[in-house]
Amino acid sequence: MSRMLKRVVARGAGRAGDVSGDVQSGAAASRRRISSRTLRIIIGLAVLTVSLVLVSIAVGAYTLSLPDILATLFGGGTPSDRFIILRLRLPRVLLAILVGVAFGIAGALFQSLLRNALASPDIIGISGGASVAAVLSLLVFGATGLVVSVSALAGALVVAFTIYLLAWRSGMNGMRFVLIGVGIAFMAQAVLGYLITRGNVRDAQQALVWMVGGLGGASWGDILTMAVSLIVLLPAVAALAAKLRMLQLGDDLAAGLGVSVQRSRLALIVVAVALVAIATALVGPLAFVAFVSAPIARRLVGGGSLALVPSALVAIVLVLGADFVAQHLIATGTQVPAGIVTGLIGAPYLLWLISTTNREGRTS
Amino acid sequence: MTHAHAHAHAHAHAEPQAQAHAEPQAQAQAQTRPAHELRADSVTLNYGGRDIVSNVSFAIPGGKVTVIVGANACGKSTLLRGLSRLLRPASGHVMLDGRDIHSMPSKEVAQVVGILPQSPIAPEGITVRDLVARGRYPHQGWFQRWSAADDVAVERALTATDTVELASQRLEELSGGQRQRVWIAMALSQDPDILLLDEPTTFLDVRHQLDALDVLADLNRERGSTIVMVLHELNLAARYADHMVLMHEGQIIAAGTPTEVVTAERMREAFALESQIISDPVSRSPMVIPVGRA
Amino acid sequence: MTRTALTSRTMLSLRTRRWVALAVAFGLLVIVLVLSLALGARGIEISQVWPALFSPEAGNNDHLVIRELRLPRTIAGLLAGLALGVAGSVMQGVTRNPLADPGLLGVNAGASLAVVFAISVLSITNPTGYIWFAFAGAAAAASVVYAIGSLGREGATPVKLVLAGTAVTAGITSVISLILISDTDTLNTFRFWSVGSLASRDLEAVRLVIAFVIGGLILAAISGRMLNLVALGDDLARGLGQRIYVSRVVAAGAVVLLCGSATALAGPIVFVGLVVPHIVRPFTGPDYRWIIAVSAVVGPSLLLIADIVGRLIVSPSELEAGLVVAVIGAPVMIALVRRVKLAGL
Repeated sequence: MSRMLKRVVARGAGRAGDVSGDVQSGAAASRRRISSRTLRIIIGLAVLTVSLVLVSIAVGAYTLSLPDILATLFGGGTPSDRFIILRLRLPRVLLAILVGVAFGIAGALFQSLLRNALASPDIIGISGGASVAAVLSLLVFGATGLVVSVSALAGALVVAFTIYLLAWRSGMNGMRFVLIGVGIAFMAQAVLGYLITRGNVRDAQQALVWMVGGLGGASWGDILTMAVSLIVLLPAVAALAAKLRMLQLGDDLAAGLGVSVQRSRLALIVVAVALVAIATALVGPLAFVAFVSAPIARRLVGGGSLALVPSALVAIVLVLGADFVAQHLIATGTQVPAGIVTGLIGAPYLLWLISTTNREGRTS
Repeated sequence: MTHAHAHAHAHAHAEPQAQAHAEPQAQAQAQTRPAHELRADSVTLNYGGRDIVSNVSFAIPGGKVTVIVGANACGKSTLLRGLSRLLRPASGHVMLDGRDIHSMPSKEVAQVVGILPQSPIAPEGITVRDLVARGRYPHQGWFQRWSAADDVAVERALTATDTVELASQRLEELSGGQRQRVWIAMALSQDPDILLLDEPTTFLDVRHQLDALDVLADLNRERGSTIVMVLHELNLAARYADHMVLMHEGQIIAAGTPTEVVTAERMREAFALESQIISDPVSRSPMVIPVGRA
Repeated sequence: MTRTALTSRTMLSLRTRRWVALAVAFGLLVIVLVLSLALGARGIEISQVWPALFSPEAGNNDHLVIRELRLPRTIAGLLAGLALGVAGSVMQGVTRNPLADPGLLGVNAGASLAVVFAISVLSITNPTGYIWFAFAGAAAAASVVYAIGSLGREGATPVKLVLAGTAVTAGITSVISLILISDTDTLNTFRFWSVGSLASRDLEAVRLVIAFVIGGLILAAISGRMLNLVALGDDLARGLGQRIYVSRVVAAGAVVLLCGSATALAGPIVFVGLVVPHIVRPFTGPDYRWIIAVSAVVGPSLLLIADIVGRLIVSPSELEAGLVVAVIGAPVMIALVRRVKLAGL
């Protein structure tokens, strides 16, 4: 990989050398909107995704063959095949992809905004708010499915809004935001602890399953909800991405380049929170996915870019992979939620970060 | 020339009330810029409740190199930030071509006024060319369509700062001097008529200080850009400035040509410094020889 | 007024402020201790506390309740709060990070895993029975975290410690969740320990951990001065003669002994360690010897107040102290964060 990279760089540098002659081609060579390295990473991740999708659909209590799968997807196939694929496995896979996009992009936005590789929606209490609301509705109101999701969403948004209000003091301060978020996360944890110790143990277990996060029980309704949210939010991300790129250069320079810093930051936070909140509402707070995807994507792509698309793809691969491992590679009597596996990947990732972090631990 | 045409067109569109003064300077590429006027009217700037700059009025001479000097914490950086729209005045107005700078849309201001703050940060791994390209943001529309004019601006910026060979390298691989030239290139690609720089030569060794300042001087001479910088090196300031502004405790205590501003009494007043002023044998600008504490 | 006069004026007021803060905290602690003995589901008059402690009458139920139920609980709370307050201060000092809590070294996760093991495999169900497991688990996890954090050139820098701790905690938490999802009985027992409580803690438990707490306090006292230098950054600290490696090991040792003991005693109550230094710092200034000292007094007050509130608010049943402390402490922390001017991230 690095040899190829050197060749690309040399080519780019060589072209840039003859400025007097062909200004346009020199600039165009390395000024393409998506660099060739990024493109290769995206294609690689996409291929990985497709493979995971096919494997996830094929493998299970009944293993299906590729021709059968394709037949079913295109309208044919036996009734039992159709049931397995269209009611059980495909919704799970599709939901995994959609929430992967949401978590991956939200993670990338948060880390650029807060300029801290350790920042994550997990620690700033938003997942906590979603969990509290969801568990409340599960245990106290005995709700299921859609109602739980809506409660989770409401909980996340209320917490995010509260943190923002509390952290605002004639201007936003990243550290204050995080500290207050941590405080609220602890409060949420306490409330959850209360609910878990007061209910009967079966309810407690159900709540715990929700809190770990997973794709079990994925329905077409969930998929529709996530898809519609993405249709609304992703264009907003695209519109704000350029502003975020300027914000990466620091508030002063961004302002000097014509970005209204406070307003852009607020818009970006709103979009990022919305993405996390909706995804969490549907699959629970899947540990680490948002935290891990963006840094991995950035390291793969290099070049200081926001790496939004690669982050989304990395997240998709993580969620699909975790779900596959949870379902098929962990042998226990009960269904293992994907969140258990994503929690476990946090560990090696962080260790990798340790070995590559520089002196001050700064990564953007 | 496409670029100049596009540029003039943008200006005409943005500032209908602007008076277009043709700068009476012969220029190699026959580019005359309509001179924009940036001024501060009775501006007071405060930070955390304290007035750092009090009631300062100051018009930036168009097409010249202005250097603001003064002791630490005299308010020079604050004044620069106020002029660039980064700090809102507690009272008074900063006017760009007769309009209050804070009532104008940010992108419009950014097309005319650029600022390079003191310690800029860049995302890890960014290449020189990418960074310089980001300076084009104010000139790009909603969908960030990248145009030929943008390419030209980036190339010109790289050439002007002699950083073309570095274009594909990552910023963190460069030396301090090279990095500073790259930041200046980024400011150049923004193509502002008025460029504000906050201590652009800190942490650079002498050779690189001169390089950076020469780039800025060339910019002023060849393109007619107005340069305003804060420098703490008095002798360098005197060498490069057409116009100097000496600040002390939030007030401008002297303004004019270097010879007018750099005098022994002023040095005593602003820096509590006993000094002798001689004429720099190379550039003929006033040079401060410190004698001791006042 | 010359500058030196002004400085000595401000310094004097800080010096006075510290002593006042310590005295006030002490006074508060005494009051809280008495209240902890006096208040509860069973209404007992305060006048009964003194005789119950020093001249108990046989057959007096009030005295019995105070001696057998409330006294052990109060002492446990005192010890745990003390340990957590100090551990939190040391942790924030050695990581130079106001977000650090003593659980960051994986102490709580390790303890929890060991307790889950004790419950599911050995069917132990009373808190005192967990103590050795909790302690062993805490120590083991912390050692792993420290070892991992020390990999690489620079040794266990604050950043690497935090990352290693988060990694290990995450991994362990996943394993614990996996077990609890599949094993209903274990979940049923574990969930009560996991929220952190002072109920049914007996003096036996206190006796088991007190040696470790004392050891931890000694290490913390030693690390006080070291932390003041560490706060200046590794380079400057080295330049001033501080052996960085030594300071880190001593500090980590203190945190493990103290937080391990507190968790073994009362279950994972991490929040006290996070919030007490923040409460204390505005009054003591940045000197870590003072922060540690005052935290040692404020920590127990916070924990015991939470315990008392938990006993009264839904009387005759109880809210666990671990829950109450987060619900009270978080708004306090948020209020503090809003008042203080914070540097950007």
